[in-house]
Amino acid sequence: MEKELKVAALRNGTVIDHIPADKLYKVVSILHLDTCEHQITIGNNLDSAKVGKKGIIKISDRAFEEDETNKIALIAPNAKINIIRDFVVVEKRPLILPDEIREIVQCTNPVCITNNQPVTTRFHVQKHDGEIMLKCHYCEREVQRDKVKIK
Amino acid sequence: MSNNSLVSISDYSKEEILAILDSAAQFEANPNRKTLDGKVIATLFFEPSTRTRLSFETAVIRLGGSIIGFSDAATSSSSKGETLNDTIHMVSCYADAIVMRHPLEGAARYAAEVSPVPIINAGDGANQHPSQTLLDLYSILKTQGTLENLTICLVGDLKYGRTVHSLIMAMSHFNPTFKFIAPDELKMPDEYKVFCRKKNIAFTEVNELNENFNDADILYMTRVQKERFQDLMEYERVKNVYTLYNAMLDNTKPNLRILHPLPRVTEIDPDVDSNEKAYYFRQAQNGLYVRQAIVSKVLKNSK
Repeated sequence: MEKELKVAALRNGTVIDHIPADKLYKVVSILHLDTCEHQITIGNNLDSAKVGKKGIIKISDRAFEEDETNKIALIAPNAKINIIRDFVVVEKRPLILPDEIREIVQCTNPVCITNNQPVTTRFHVQKHDGEIMLKCHYCEREVQRDKVKIK
Repeated sequence: MSNNSLVSISDYSKEEILAILDSAAQFEANPNRKTLDGKVIATLFFEPSTRTRLSFETAVIRLGGSIIGFSDAATSSSSKGETLNDTIHMVSCYADAIVMRHPLEGAARYAAEVSPVPIINAGDGANQHPSQTLLDLYSILKTQGTLENLTICLVGDLKYGRTVHSLIMAMSHFNPTFKFIAPDELKMPDEYKVFCRKKNIAFTEVNELNENFNDADILYMTRVQKERFQDLMEYERVKNVYTLYNAMLDNTKPNLRILHPLPRVTEIDPDVDSNEKAYYFRQAQNGLYVRQAIVSKVLKNSK
């Protein structure tokens, strides 16, 4: 089989490529694509030289704010975001991990207030010896980036 | 949100900590000052804590303020399913400040965000208990005459013990030397050792109590809790190794003082109580003056 995905090229919209296969549905969830009404093409477990098995998402006629796409940096820091207009890539958007992450992450501490009352989660992104940690704004528990629970 | 809240010891700078201790000393000299005349303070204890609650309530009453509140969640509207947000909003209609103990971690930070009046954290689960830390500091200052360059031994449950974690944070302003004495199961978590290294704070780790504290200025004992152990045989062994007896104090420095956040169980034998180095009961008394200072600061009414 050819490397190309057998779907129509995107005229206008957003392509998120090089998502590690096991993170694809988390990205779907972070961007709330389950309730998005635009045309969406999702491919997964495609061969990729870079990440082994990759996922790709194409969303027609939809632009995302940077703070939306930056949330992807948490779980798929090497994913590529391309903004397409008239079949042409007009922007290759870098993923920048924000200093603070709201809502999408669930605290790993079962007795944290955010897991027991209707409180929006907030995490501070911190670096310790090169390792990225998320610290709960409320209970102050830290969790390594690759161990975060996405809601 | 009220910026005057005290949620975590790290909310206070070194200068603010010293100002609180100075103010506490003034309250110790003269505990009955009517600086809170006409003020209403709520004490919301969603989980019982007799010592902390009585200490805060006494502090407020001695300052001429009044107390409303509850000492057990079963008697509050949270037992009917009211959210913390709603309880805080309701109580803030009546009170000028809220002292809160809550079993959920992060509850105090959250309450401080939604509350129009200042929140004083009197313990949120295993997370923070800043008034305990400030009274520990006050006790150290009072017994040693300084907070600078002291050797402090932390003993017992260093893994889950929030008082020792907060004490490390607070003492980091004063160039301490720490000795962590704990069984392997209850060792100091890495994040606090990383913190010490970052701040250039010297520390050593040992796992026997013995005479490892002969060079110490402060011996800070904590309770080794049975429920922390998977293996009850191991608990029985550790419990006995981590008991302090009077005879073990023979070769310690004359200025050594023994602190304990209380309640103690077996970790300090009653034969230590009569030793002049035993300071834990007076430490609890210091809590009153420190809480007077905290409530006054939070209400910006310290005169």
